[in-house]
Amino acid sequence: MQRRYFDYAATTPLDSEVLKEMLPHMEENFGNPSSVYSYGREARKVIDDSREKVAKIIGAQSKEIFFTSGGTESDNWAIKGTAFANKDKGNHIITTSVEHHAVLHTCKYLEKQGFEVTYLPVDEYGLIDLDDLRNSIKDTTILITVMFANNEIGTIQPIGEIGKIAKEKKILFHTDAVQALGSIEIDVNTLGVDLMSISGHKIYGPKGIGALYIRKGVKIDNLIHGGAQEKKKRGGTENTPAIVGFAKACELAESNLQEQIKRTIQLRDYMIKGILEGIPEVKLNGHPEKRLPGNVNVSIRYIEGESILLSLDLLGIAASSGSACTSGSLDPSHVLLAIGLSHEIAHGSLRFSIGKYTTKEEVDFVLDKLPGIIQRLRDMSPLYNV
Amino acid sequence: MYTDKVIDQFQNPRNVGELENADGVGEVGSPACGDIMKMFLQIEDGVIVDVKFKTFGCGAAVATSSIATEMIKGKTLEEAEKLTNSMVIDELGGLPHEKVHCSVLAEQAIKAAIKDYRSKHDTENKNEE
Repeated sequence: MQRRYFDYAATTPLDSEVLKEMLPHMEENFGNPSSVYSYGREARKVIDDSREKVAKIIGAQSKEIFFTSGGTESDNWAIKGTAFANKDKGNHIITTSVEHHAVLHTCKYLEKQGFEVTYLPVDEYGLIDLDDLRNSIKDTTILITVMFANNEIGTIQPIGEIGKIAKEKKILFHTDAVQALGSIEIDVNTLGVDLMSISGHKIYGPKGIGALYIRKGVKIDNLIHGGAQEKKKRGGTENTPAIVGFAKACELAESNLQEQIKRTIQLRDYMIKGILEGIPEVKLNGHPEKRLPGNVNVSIRYIEGESILLSLDLLGIAASSGSACTSGSLDPSHVLLAIGLSHEIAHGSLRFSIGKYTTKEEVDFVLDKLPGIIQRLRDMSPLYNV
Repeated sequence: MYTDKVIDQFQNPRNVGELENADGVGEVGSPACGDIMKMFLQIEDGVIVDVKFKTFGCGAAVATSSIATEMIKGKTLEEAEKLTNSMVIDELGGLPHEKVHCSVLAEQAIKAAIKDYRSKHDTENKNEE
């Protein structure tokens, strides 16, 4: 059966050009970058070059890039590192109710350690209110952490505005940009971001690699203690092949970003229009314009998300849902509840995420099959009365 | 994660629908939890002669409702009442751990429908007296 992938927000396939760059660093160039002899020096050079490329895509300097094991580690490091380094100045952190669990659960952990956390609410589109942010700031606020773009509903926050407020109040500003990287333009300087989490596997790079951008002059505590790697800030022998792959992925993403954005938005809007027009009682989640180019998220009334995913999977279509039944918990996605959806509607949510390999033919296939799947499930549902 | 039997019951559910003049109707679960099962029984001389279901829920919820209706069709009320969620799981060749609650719902839906029948039946008997 031909399979069709619509879950680029979960992970992406490795670009073959990325793989080609990585392979030599798994076999012949295996040296430890910390070693003084030629094997080590060669590996060191490769990592330095890679750091340049990663820095470039977000407008940073290479010395501001620190490689990590991925987005989750970067989020943990940014938040815990800032909290512990500034605990004498204050104990208050501001975040939002729609963050990724890597941020939310880190904040919950810090609450147990005596920190105070404000979770800003969002409107029906998933946007925070800047006045809410301003009003939440206290003398003890040491960090604002707001995600760049939401992984579930694709809503893009006003990062530049938040950066201005943070700067004005002299509070450090971290953003989880894992979903935004390679999808939209990012410049840490115009945005006024102090710390930024990014990851490789969402941009056709390898899994298990990411980075934390730390603005020059910003001091945070270490998370991973060990050797002198990453300028003594993150111990552990560098994952050279993954770093090389991540850098190549950044380079490729940057090289045709504008063209990619245009193409993806066209496909996205075509898909949204097709679903909304083809199926009754369906609602788009997230902001109509301020959303990631590849994000389609809809709530389908009277039915439950996992049963839709299963039906799609049986046709070879891979998608995602905010239904509790896909997570093993009883509660549906915290993001969908935060934008005001009832539990029932949140259970019937469906996310398709589009990427650089998605074709119009694939979208048409989904648009052709989805109405039938939904009708079949609605006919079985006690909530659906014709 | 699902057995072929679960997938088959989900794709080709048996006894989907409603019975207009059902003798017993049972509904369990809630939309907030993401699962609702509704069972309709037609009963003659203490035997379940027809059964239909409607389910809002995941693949496992549909599959457990469907197979449960097959397991009680043609059975006496006493036999049907003995149906447990583990019997449903066994019949499906297993369920992922996080889906066990679906089989519990199927058992409860049948018990609720039988209870509904009995309560109506008892009232009718009383009315006749």
